[in-house]
Amino acid sequence: MIRFENVHKSFGQHEVLKGIDAEIGKGEVVCLIGPSGSGKSTLLRCVNGLETYQKGRITVGDTVVDAAGRSIHDIRTRVSMVFQRFNLFPNRTALENVMEGPLFVLGERRAEVRARAEALLTRVGLAAKIDAYPNSLSGGQQQRVAIARALAMRPEAILFDEPTSALDPEMVGEVLQVMRSLAEEHMTMLVVTHEIHFAREVADSVLFLDGGTIVERGPAKEVLRHPKHERTQDFLRRVTHPV
Amino acid sequence: MASFIAQSSEYLPILLKGLWLTIAVTVLALCLSTVPGLTWALLRTSGVPALATPTRIFVELVRGIPILVILFYIYFVMPEIGLDLTAFQAGVIGLALTYSCYIGETFRAGIEAVDRGQIEAAKSIGMKRPLMMRRVILPQAFRIVLPPYANNLVMLLKDSSQVSVISVAELTMQGKMLASSTFNNTTIFTLVALLYLCLTIPLNLLMRQLELKLGKAR
Repeated sequence: MIRFENVHKSFGQHEVLKGIDAEIGKGEVVCLIGPSGSGKSTLLRCVNGLETYQKGRITVGDTVVDAAGRSIHDIRTRVSMVFQRFNLFPNRTALENVMEGPLFVLGERRAEVRARAEALLTRVGLAAKIDAYPNSLSGGQQQRVAIARALAMRPEAILFDEPTSALDPEMVGEVLQVMRSLAEEHMTMLVVTHEIHFAREVADSVLFLDGGTIVERGPAKEVLRHPKHERTQDFLRRVTHPV
Repeated sequence: MASFIAQSSEYLPILLKGLWLTIAVTVLALCLSTVPGLTWALLRTSGVPALATPTRIFVELVRGIPILVILFYIYFVMPEIGLDLTAFQAGVIGLALTYSCYIGETFRAGIEAVDRGQIEAAKSIGMKRPLMMRRVILPQAFRIVLPPYANNLVMLLKDSSQVSVISVAELTMQGKMLASSTFNNTTIFTLVALLYLCLTIPLNLLMRQLELKLGKAR
């Protein structure tokens, strides 16, 4: 579904991705973990063209991702994204946020879109907050609206860029719960996260990035329980036992 | 004080005529500068150098010339290339031209102040630039821009006095003519100042109300 072939990316002199090869199959949940600055968010953002890459190839289905090309808009309607800082439209209600894409980008019929948006908000537990503006919602609620917004596009895959990192600890669970339910329905998901528990329980496989390369990869339980590489072991130790 | 009031009733009708012209010049110039101003801002933030660079040069040129010189240019130089304008027309066009550039810069700042995350969110649901502008960036930019835009309006109102130099008989011009025929400078220019304040103070108050209202909805 999403394939990386020898992907390189630099910010000026600084090379952040040094030849990434990976593939995310349909219905797979893949977690990208690694220390900050390892390039995992950058890699994720290359998939829908929010960042450009200089060498190699990323494909979504049969389409090559080219951030400057015409096809990028099409890719973005097929692959949704959920951001660390939610990025809901502040001047629109929860319902309007969810309806925005299908209504104005995909040009679907309002009544249909509305029904779907209401169902999605109900699904993420926000039926009562349909007419609320983002500033009156908690972080966890906002992120759940953002997930509903992503789902409203009926995407083939969803990219999650540290979806719980900006949340107060007590709100992390409600967002992970929604993501877990998506995984159970075999939504294709590429997730940048520091939630090792979540990765272990929900992900099919894990990619451990460090310094712009994939240091270790494999089934989530294996990599996270018995990491082979020293850098992975070290990272997991620091994440799971911070003190 | 008694004489001030007595004289005022004599001068006010004449000054009010000037005041109406001041309002006419201001409102027309505002209407004629807002849409071009928005256009300059959209061109400058388009990311297309062939559009952004000429606009930038144009805006910088106009902003670098005093309004008085622009007014002289339009009123005295344009007829030489066959464009005869009345003083009123020249005044409105000169102010509109100048303020389209000021307002353009205000709008540009507003567009650029919209959070990058909003642009990424819009892109991530497949929005192309025009739709993103219309649905996401401009609605948020207008809120950011309202206070400085209101400030532009108040400045425009005051700068409308400049068109008196090309003989548009607006408030300042009427005051000057009255003063030179009656020598009653104190009364007349106090009245002129008060009449301007009668417009600018309510405007400022109105804008503050609007700001508060919009601030709440954010």
